[in-house]
Parts: sequence; C-alpha cells; structure tokens
Amino acid sequence: MKKNLPLVISDNKLVLQLYVSGMSPRSMEAIENINKICSEFLEDSFQLEIIDLYKHPEVASEQQIIFSPSLIKRHPLPQKTLVGTFSDSQKVIRGLGIAVKE
Amino acid sequence: MRREKPEVFPKCKTGVDGLDEITGGGFPKGRPTLICGSAGCGKTLMGIQFLVKGITDFGEPGVFMSFEESARDLAQNVRSLGFDLDKLISQKKLRIDHIRIEKTEIEETGDYDLEALFIRLNHAIDSIGAKRVVLDTIESLFGGLDNATILRSEIRRLFQWLKDKGVTTIITGERGESSLTRQGLEEYVSDCVILLDFRVIDQIATRRLRIVKYRGSTHGTNEYPFLIDETGISVLPITSLKLEHKTSTELLSYGHAGLDKLFEKEGFYRGTSVLITGTAGTSKTTLASYFALSSCQRKESTLFFSFEESPDQLVRNMKSVGIDLKSYLKSGLLFIHSSRPSLQGLEMHLLVLNKLIRELKPRTVIIDPISSLVTVGNTSEVRAMLVRLMDMLKVNQINALFTSLTHDGFSDFNDVTVDAVSSLADTWIRVSNDEKKDIRSRNLNIVKSRGMGHSNQVHEFTIEGKGIKIKKSD
Repeated sequence: MKKNLPLVISDNKLVLQLYVSGMSPRSMEAIENINKICSEFLEDSFQLEIIDLYKHPEVASEQQIIFSPSLIKRHPLPQKTLVGTFSDSQKVIRGLGIAVKE
Repeated sequence: MRREKPEVFPKCKTGVDGLDEITGGGFPKGRPTLICGSAGCGKTLMGIQFLVKGITDFGEPGVFMSFEESARDLAQNVRSLGFDLDKLISQKKLRIDHIRIEKTEIEETGDYDLEALFIRLNHAIDSIGAKRVVLDTIESLFGGLDNATILRSEIRRLFQWLKDKGVTTIITGERGESSLTRQGLEEYVSDCVILLDFRVIDQIATRRLRIVKYRGSTHGTNEYPFLIDETGISVLPITSLKLEHKTSTELLSYGHAGLDKLFEKEGFYRGTSVLITGTAGTSKTTLASYFALSSCQRKESTLFFSFEESPDQLVRNMKSVGIDLKSYLKSGLLFIHSSRPSLQGLEMHLLVLNKLIRELKPRTVIIDPISSLVTVGNTSEVRAMLVRLMDMLKVNQINALFTSLTHDGFSDFNDVTVDAVSSLADTWIRVSNDEKKDIRSRNLNIVKSRGMGHSNQVHEFTIEGKGIKIKKSD
C-alpha cells in the first residue's frame, strides 16, 4: 500500500474536518493545499470532510470554530486545530503528527 | 411635519440606573460602545445587565459572546443579582456563546480570517432576533494567536460589520498601561467610550465611571461613582443642579409645639431642609426624633438614617424622653437605616440613601448626623456630594433634617459640613451646652429660617421624661 511513500503515518487513519467560509479565495486556497498535502503524504489513509460554515452556521458554535479556514484533526488524539490556508506545508505535517521516515 | 430641534441620533437605554441620565439617553443605538477598565471593575456585569434589562425592560433580545467565562460560570456569577440567565436562554431571548481558545491546540499555517466568528455571531443574532450584543473581552483573542496584524484588521472589520448589522454592541476591554485598552481597541470604536475604575482611597473602595468620549452627543464629563449591589449596577444619579424645584407654602410642624412657636409661621415649609448643629450631647438626635414623630403623625413615610445608633437603641433612648417611635417602626411608616459611616465611602452612602428614597418614597428624610459622612469623604468632594443630595431631596419635595456634630473651640462657621450644608439648608437651628456658675444649661437659637421671621433670642431648654421643655423667655 504505502510502499513508495517517503513518509509513513504515525497512526492508522487520520480523521480531518475542514471548516471554510463559502467560496472565498482563502477557502479555495485552503482546500487546494490540504488536498495536495493529503494526497502527497497520506494517500488513502485519511478521511477529510469539508464543511461550509455558511451552510451550517450552527456548527461553528458547536465545534468552537473561530477562525476560517480551520482544520480539526479528530483522530488520532490529541485533537489539534490548524488555522490558515495551510501554505506552510511543513507546519501542517508537523501539526498533524505525520512522522517523517528517512 | 413639525419642526423641532435637530434630532440627536437615536440612543439605546442602558438598563443601568443613572447611566442614561449621564449619557443623555443611553448608548448610541446600533453602534458599538467600548467599556474598558481594569480587572474586577464591573465590565462583564455591566454587559450582562445591559442585555438582561434589554430583554426584561425593553423587549430587546441579546447575544452575549464570552471570550473568558463559560455560560455556566456567567449564569452562576450573576444569579445573586437576581439575573436568571438560564430562564432567558430557554425563552430564546438570550444567547450566550462561549468562545474558547486554547493556544496549545492551535497552529497557524498561513493566512486566516475571523469569518467563522462572524458566521457564529450572525447565526446567534438571527436565531433570536437580537438587538443587543456584548463581546466580552474580544482582546482575549490576541492571547491565543501570534498574528496580531490579522486580528487587528479583522476586529476592525467586525466592528464595522456590527454597525452594518444595526445592533447596539458593548465591547469590553482590559485597561492597558499606556492606552485605555491593551490592544488599543479605542481606536476602532469611535462612537462611545466609557471607562470604569476601581480604586481605594483612604482604605475605602470606590468604583467610578467616566465617559471618555461620546461622539455627537453631549454627556457628563465628571467621574461618577457607581455601586454594585444585590440588584446590579447603579450610577449615582445626578440631579440637575439648577434651582428650579417647586416650592410649597404648606406649613408643617417640627413635632414640638414650643419649637414651632419660635418661628413666625409656627412651623416649616414642606420640602425644605433643616440643619441642627451642636457639640456632642446637645440633644440634636432628640430634636430630630421630634421631627420624625411629627412626620409619622401626619401618616407620611419617614426615613431615618442613623450613623450612631441602631434602630433599637434609638427607639429605646427616645422613649426615655417621651418620644414613642416604636409603633411607627412596627407599622412600617418609619424606617430606620443604621450603618457605620466607615463601612462605605461617602458616595456609597448617598447611593444607598438614593435607593431607599426610590423604594420607600419617604416624605421626610433625617440624617443623623450628616457630619459622619464627612469623615469618610475627601473634603473637597463633600460639598458637591451634599449639594447633590440636598438637591435630590428638594426636587422630590422631601422634608429633610440633618444634624451636624460640631466641636468645642471651633466656631461653627469653620466646620466643613456646616460650611457645606448651612448655605443650602433653609433653616438652621443651633444647640449648645453652656456652663453658668455650677449649672450646665442647654440653649437653642435659630440662626436662620428662609421665608419667615424667627426668634432672635437664645432659648434655654431642659430635657425631662416628657421631652424637651423650652423655657419662657423673660
């Protein structure tokens, strides 16, 4: 499965939720960046859900979302929130707890 | 269309007693108001009260966005003030949204904005049709993130957005070292800025409020004392210092026939104030009790502020000279409020007095002695305070009697209280103890009495089991 990947995932599957605010340039950039990082480093061992807060405004309060875009790593614990457009991919990888194997 | 004076922009009632008067009607409607002050000065409470009163008194639902305390903590903290937040929440009149930020859980990975917060706030506002919003304290966001530049521009955008939304907003801010708030929020909120202060002067804690700016509106510029008690915040109401109160020609008795006779009209006019000065043990309180008794006999509600004796003590002592106050105390016609002068600052005493006057609506108020208040106040403030107090009593057509303790050796005219009160009082009675040969005699004379003639003599009097007896002058 992961034979050609330079990196391995620290735990089995990553469960991610991405909260964006509509189709703003920032939202688009975030979606693009996260997709890129995921396909590059995680292949299919992740589960990503994208939620538009405009369509589900009540979720913002339920999930304690303050900033957009926000990416929440639900699994594995500890839960972590990444905010921004994920342009700093190194920070994203570290934030998500993906271990680099040389 | 009627032509009237140019309309001042609409205002939103604050729900805080006395604050509407100072702000000329309330906070700017549909705009943000910044309330800043150091920790524990009452910012959050003022915000809560603004919302709760908005709901209960003005039918305007409200959203409280808390960046510090959880909804449960908030509800608990204000329950003692009679604010039932849970009930208002279940009635869909109030929404509390707790914004929790854990710096350790958040990683910044590029540009972001506060749009999610906007969506959240917008949803909260729309879900209950809120007209009032409180953000307490938005500056907490700065503690959770590194990128202050983004936050600044986003907060600026948020304030503009709130304005466009047309909700009246209170934004609280923690007092900074060189600016009003730590993050300089006052630069963004240009309409109305209120500063709360909590300080200790001569070991007495006083809370003060000042309107730093209020664009497009006149407002009081002084520092106003305010009180947090079991009903929330109230600011010392400032009554107009204009001399335009109604005057009455109705004559009332001092409660002692002999004393009445010393005045041309045999009594005093309703709504005037009487000052009794004298050294210790010159029967000031006894004279004051006659005054109270006569008011009770007229079946008029009477408020007796006693700074020296407890109600029981006062009743017992007065009974010994034939003044029976007990039945009136029982029937509620007479209310005796005893407290230690040093318990609170001067303005707090005045606030308590104010509240009691509003609740009990007395026709007669006695303060025994008013000089006690001076000992707890800064002398420079005393005069202004007393003017306010007396003015308030006059406006409400309340008969007032103040006693003032003077000291041997000094002339009455040098005394701070006497100096402040005597020019405001309509009648001034002076009592003294004089030693002649081996006998100490009690004397009474009337220094002034506005609007009527009075005896010019010094009258000797005695106190017996049946009360004060003024000797017939030869």
